[in-house]
Amino acid sequence: MAFFEARDISISFGGLKALNRVSFQVEEGEVFSIIGPNGAGKTTIFNCINRYYTLDEGTFVFGGKDITRARPYAIAAKGIARTFQNIELFKNTTVLDNLLLGRHRHRKTSFLSEALFLPWVRKQELRNREKAEEVIDFLDLQAYRDQQVAGLPYGVQKTVELGRALATEPKLLLLDEPSSGMNMEEMEDLSYWITDIKEELGITILMVEHNMRLVRKVSDRVLAMDFGVVITQGETKEVLEHPDVLQAYLGEEGAATRS
Amino acid sequence: MRFVMKRDYNEDIRLFRYRSTFFWYLALVAGCLMAPLVLDEYLLSQLTFVCMYSVATVGLMLLTGYTGQISMGHAAFFAIGAYTSAILTNHGVPFLMALVAAGFLAGLVGIVIGLPALRLSGLYLAIATMAFSFIVEEILARWESVTRGNMGMMVEPPSIGPLVFESETRYYYLSLVILILTIVAARNLLRSPTGRAMVAIRDSEVASQAMGISLAKFKTMAFAISAFFTGVGGSLYAHKLTFINPESFTILLSIELLAMVIVGGLGSIHGAVFGTAFIIFLPQIIIMTKDYMPKYLAEQTGLEPFIYGVMIMLFILFEPLGIYGRWRKTKFYFEMFPLYKKDTFRREKKYFKAERH
Repeated sequence: MAFFEARDISISFGGLKALNRVSFQVEEGEVFSIIGPNGAGKTTIFNCINRYYTLDEGTFVFGGKDITRARPYAIAAKGIARTFQNIELFKNTTVLDNLLLGRHRHRKTSFLSEALFLPWVRKQELRNREKAEEVIDFLDLQAYRDQQVAGLPYGVQKTVELGRALATEPKLLLLDEPSSGMNMEEMEDLSYWITDIKEELGITILMVEHNMRLVRKVSDRVLAMDFGVVITQGETKEVLEHPDVLQAYLGEEGAATRS
Repeated sequence: MRFVMKRDYNEDIRLFRYRSTFFWYLALVAGCLMAPLVLDEYLLSQLTFVCMYSVATVGLMLLTGYTGQISMGHAAFFAIGAYTSAILTNHGVPFLMALVAAGFLAGLVGIVIGLPALRLSGLYLAIATMAFSFIVEEILARWESVTRGNMGMMVEPPSIGPLVFESETRYYYLSLVILILTIVAARNLLRSPTGRAMVAIRDSEVASQAMGISLAKFKTMAFAISAFFTGVGGSLYAHKLTFINPESFTILLSIELLAMVIVGGLGSIHGAVFGTAFIIFLPQIIIMTKDYMPKYLAEQTGLEPFIYGVMIMLFILFEPLGIYGRWRKTKFYFEMFPLYKKDTFRREKKYFKAERH
């Protein structure tokens, strides 16, 4: 049984079929990338997993359980974390607070004990802090720890978002265009981090990405889609060189000259 | 300038960041305790008002300043607290129990209001809470068998055991203690997951959900906690005035409370207290400066509300972080002297003026 599975998912907005019977399986411990031109429906898949949208048809199965109808906050509680294409950080707080917010799903205290700040609340805070610090070390965010997110460079904000997702200690990590807006150097770092997240932390990654260099470098398998339907899926190399994929990206002529 | 070497995570968690901060707060509390020795009866009673309104505005600050939910209905929670406490003590319930009950009933109503308010935000939420405020006002006026309607009701001065808080000084100490407890509770919440979740909801609802924060749970909780504190403030108010009627809890009071948190600086507990003190002492300041104003201005009717309004407008335009923001900048200036750069705060201001606020 697959670790995460989308079965025949469909959703339409008005007359537009944003997703049309899309199916794929993500195996535990792999990096699975979804590629496709703008408007292909990649981010829509993420938004459906997170329940910002509700599927018209189809199901998501995660860890053997149907999560199609779970509440949006419950998705995170099940161990699915995500980042956003356009940064969605808590901008008026520090980097550290953002990471600590990632720890929210591990909250075990009631608000009454928190109002009194009982010893176990402090203990939980210390543990949260330690985990946040691990993430800071992992992503080299030490220099920004106490800075307001709103003033940080775009690339760093992207990294903080990744850190916040990691702080939740997810089983499955959804990365929505993690490299967009990053410079070459930051992207290089990102590719190593993704590999490390997979290999050292053992987190499965589902990624939407436009940058083919990054996709080629880190993905185990790739799914290509256009206009809400799957063009092809399989091993990274195969998919990236598939004639239909080239055509979707480069158009009729481009594909012809490439081949 | 101060450079800090941190050795322990507790240093980031504790209430007072530096030992000097602790010292200053201690000095402040000592100063407040000494106040009755220096101030005359009238000023002391104004200070009591600052304390008990602050209990309410700290509550409103948690909701509006931290969770980002506007409320034009806090006069209603204030009224619920006042009436609950008044009715209970008149029936012989001990004051402390009545005070807590006032908070809890207000909190309970807060949950009921918070639930439908989940789907509303911004202006719509303001209007919904305002409507709630009108409803409560109407109930207080019409439910004569319990509230004595527009006739109003007398309230006993509170007592804890043999200790009766009838003198100005004693009542001042009572309000001060409750204010301090309120502030500590609020600060505790803010440094734990609940407070962080509230701030998260303010900054990005989408991302909070992705972090596993239930909007329904934490928004209602914010409403309930906020209403609880406001109810406690209301209870103190009732026992201070010893007479309440529905006219004390109109929409004007809601606006006044909101003005206090905005002028004080949204998103800071300091701001709630500063703003309250400012708004309460403003009429005094206006009266004192009246002598120096040109006659046609000083005798103008509606001078006070006008100055109120202008104040709020000026703060929103030029200092969205309120009095507390000003204070921080002044402090920063002296800490950094002579290296202060004006730009340090510009970005922050720009952000606060952006479309999300």
